[in-house]
Amino acid sequence: MAEEKDLRPEANSGLTTERTRAKKVYLPKVDIYETADTIVMAADMPGVDEKSVNVMLEKNVLTIGGAVTPAEFEGYSMAYAEYDTGDFERAFTISDEVDKDGIEAVVKNGVLKVILPKASNLKARKIAIKTE
Amino acid sequence: MFAPTIWRFGKMMDPLHEMQRLQRDMNRLFAGVIQPTTNDYPAVNVWTGKEGAVITAELPGMDTADLDISVVADTVTISGTRLEEPLKEGENYHRQERSYGPFTRTLQLPFSIDPEKVEAKYEKGVLKVTVTRAQIDKPRKIEIKSE
Repeated sequence: MAEEKDLRPEANSGLTTERTRAKKVYLPKVDIYETADTIVMAADMPGVDEKSVNVMLEKNVLTIGGAVTPAEFEGYSMAYAEYDTGDFERAFTISDEVDKDGIEAVVKNGVLKVILPKASNLKARKIAIKTE
Repeated sequence: MFAPTIWRFGKMMDPLHEMQRLQRDMNRLFAGVIQPTTNDYPAVNVWTGKEGAVITAELPGMDTADLDISVVADTVTISGTRLEEPLKEGENYHRQERSYGPFTRTLQLPFSIDPEKVEAKYEKGVLKVTVTRAQIDKPRKIEIKSE
């Protein structure tokens, strides 16, 4: 289990726009799996809760993100660091197969789960075979 | 008096030693404040203070029942297992970037820990362990007497 957070590519890479605030933005690690009726997206965003999370759908682009408040403890000073904190942001292109009005999202223990239901006309249908 | 000069001169002329020193200095220069020193999971940050230390670790998606923290003398061990979400038949991954499995991390602190005063909190996928310095290990102020 290698542990290194990926920084989001800079704006000059042509992939993203830049933010006005100079704060590190990390790409959350994401699992996406498909069930019979839905596509489920699970993103690791430690430090993010339901108040600081952000899920946005614009046309076909689903953007997930979250703000993280850097830890600070009064009376203590940082002695050793292996990870850095910053906000999370990542965008995915989703296909028209998704029912855009039925998207649900939950955050639990720093994991954002987005449930994208498949459009009803695209759900797999079992064809009954008639015997003569 | 002459000898140390020769010794120093000799050391300066040793190219291998100089190279190693240069490499060490360069490494230090580029290391910065935050350096991923290890591939161990989870990555930890440590804050120290007069009373003890705070250790934080990013452990998203854990169940507190699967997390274990133990303290022995001056070491803290964080271990646990991150369980994979079981997929039903017919379900398949489009992408899988998150990692799963058991992990153990042991940290040695520069002081003995009072095992009675260890606090652990798991919030928003971040584990925070607060340890207190053992009373016996606390620095004592020595009074200086003058006659």
